[in-house]
Amino acid sequence: MDIQDIIKPENKVYAAPELLEEVNMHYCPGCSHGVIHKLVAEVISELGIVERTVGVSPVGCAVFAYNYIDCDWIEAAHGRAPAIATAVNRLWPENVVFTYQGDGDMSAIGTAETIHAANRGENIVMIFVNNAIYGMTGGQMAPTTLLGQKTATSPYGRRVDLNGYPLEITNLLKELDGTCYVTRQSVHTPANVRKTKAALKKAFQNAIAKKGTSVVEVVSTCNSGWKMTPEKANEWMAQHMFEKYPLGDLKVSEN
Amino acid sequence: MEEIRLMKGNEAIAHAAIRYGCDGYFGYPITPQSEVLETLEALMPWETTGMVVVQAESEVAAINMVYGGAATGKAVMTSSSSPGVSLKQEGISYIAASSLPALILNVMRGGPGLGTIQPSQADYFQAVKGGGHGDYHLIVLAPSTVQEMADFVGLGFDLAFKYCNPSMILADGIVGQMMEKVVLPEQRPRRTDAEIREQCPWAATGREGRRKRNVVTSLELESDKMEIINNQLQAKYREIEANETRWEEIDTADADYLIISFGSVARISTKAKELAEDEGIKVGIIRPITLWPFPTEAIRKAAEGKKGILVVELNAGQMIEDVRLAVHDSLPVKHFGRMGGIIPSPSEIVTALKEKLIAQA
Repeated sequence: MDIQDIIKPENKVYAAPELLEEVNMHYCPGCSHGVIHKLVAEVISELGIVERTVGVSPVGCAVFAYNYIDCDWIEAAHGRAPAIATAVNRLWPENVVFTYQGDGDMSAIGTAETIHAANRGENIVMIFVNNAIYGMTGGQMAPTTLLGQKTATSPYGRRVDLNGYPLEITNLLKELDGTCYVTRQSVHTPANVRKTKAALKKAFQNAIAKKGTSVVEVVSTCNSGWKMTPEKANEWMAQHMFEKYPLGDLKVSEN
Repeated sequence: MEEIRLMKGNEAIAHAAIRYGCDGYFGYPITPQSEVLETLEALMPWETTGMVVVQAESEVAAINMVYGGAATGKAVMTSSSSPGVSLKQEGISYIAASSLPALILNVMRGGPGLGTIQPSQADYFQAVKGGGHGDYHLIVLAPSTVQEMADFVGLGFDLAFKYCNPSMILADGIVGQMMEKVVLPEQRPRRTDAEIREQCPWAATGREGRRKRNVVTSLELESDKMEIINNQLQAKYREIEANETRWEEIDTADADYLIISFGSVARISTKAKELAEDEGIKVGIIRPITLWPFPTEAIRKAAEGKKGILVVELNAGQMIEDVRLAVHDSLPVKHFGRMGGIIPSPSEIVTALKEKLIAQA
């Protein structure tokens, strides 16, 4: 059999997402962002909503998300993405709006905007990439950094007396009447990647159906910030992160 | 249809915004400007024109909602007073950096800090020199009447869209709170989404009708590209300076002295001019209407052959710096100001003119 007999359209089982730009990403090798970007691009494509989708990118590692996913974007100031998404949602109600935020953006500097956009039940999707560290600025402590976890600003490990407890922002968001779907996923195995994609699709469908705010937390690795190999980072995440941030749906509204 | 009403300056802002065809207002209560949000909520424009009104969780959120709305090409605005406008500075810098049209109202109260709720003009520096980080300018309009409060909503939006630059109405607490007759503009329809897509081809509206994506951002990590962006902004500012400087002059040609003031203080100064004339002192008035771009050339020309200039402001001396830059050291330039929310009387201004300029001559 010749190779040309195999490379035929009818034999195609997988293709690069149509909305993912063919450029080199700035993310470190092993980072979770690339996989999550791919899933977001696939979901927007499969739902056929790219012409009316607006993404809001954060300050943090994903600041350049607009270079990779081929939809319209607004680059937010640090933490303000949900306020920007609120305005786009109110002024263009037929559009589909999502924010893509890290732990610092979502649960430190932007806590007020996060809580209030969700509490108003804005018809938006919040994608929350929780890697328990500030990656872009060089590995400082995040609100979600685990107790004992060493970072550039907690060099001897996070301590309760100095730094308080890890903030489970997603658990808070679950309690708000404005949220319709709150889930926590990961992308460290093929099975988890599929689950995260299903969660993202559900979240975007909720926004299309104007059901309120959907939150998809993706517990992620930052192997550079954690100073581990990508493989070791995945193991460390499974061993330590999932205990504090257990995977699964936190809230699924009936209607 | 033209309609004459009696209302507060803050209420006039709300009516004028609806009638201009404003798409969205995002605000947070603070004295002395809360009537803007209250009036909009009472008028329920979402039922008539479709205008969106949101009471945000903070001034920070409100200005970022404005940034988001402006990034989609909509005509959006916010209002606040001095401490709240300080909170908005980061967002204003982003809006200016991204070359987006938007309207911001500051009804100034006395500072610094939490200060007072009484009128002030102490945010002049913040409004005209930047306020937030980086090299940028707002188009700054200073209303002196309730009529101008109403008129500058339309002017502010028109200039903002003409130059893709944020405009600020820099009002003081007097003009926000006092009631006067006002002729409201006629109701204009809001632009349709299709018109916005055509008028603002850069806007992040969703890719409909386009293949290429639009990205609104102020980030550029490559220095040579960032300098080009800065040069483009500066070129725009020079164009605005050349075309949009506005001011009012009263009897400057025959005067011996000039009084320069903006906003409601210019009206007190005009009364002071009358009192001075009763005493045989010939005074001309210059009222900058655009504080940026500043009427530098007009002041320089008007100052020729004069004996002195008194700059009257509700602050410790801010606009006087721009007046001095305009006239250099060609004649004496003195300041008279009250602070803490105190408004000077016309006779106080005449006394200051005599003590600071005439007695020194």
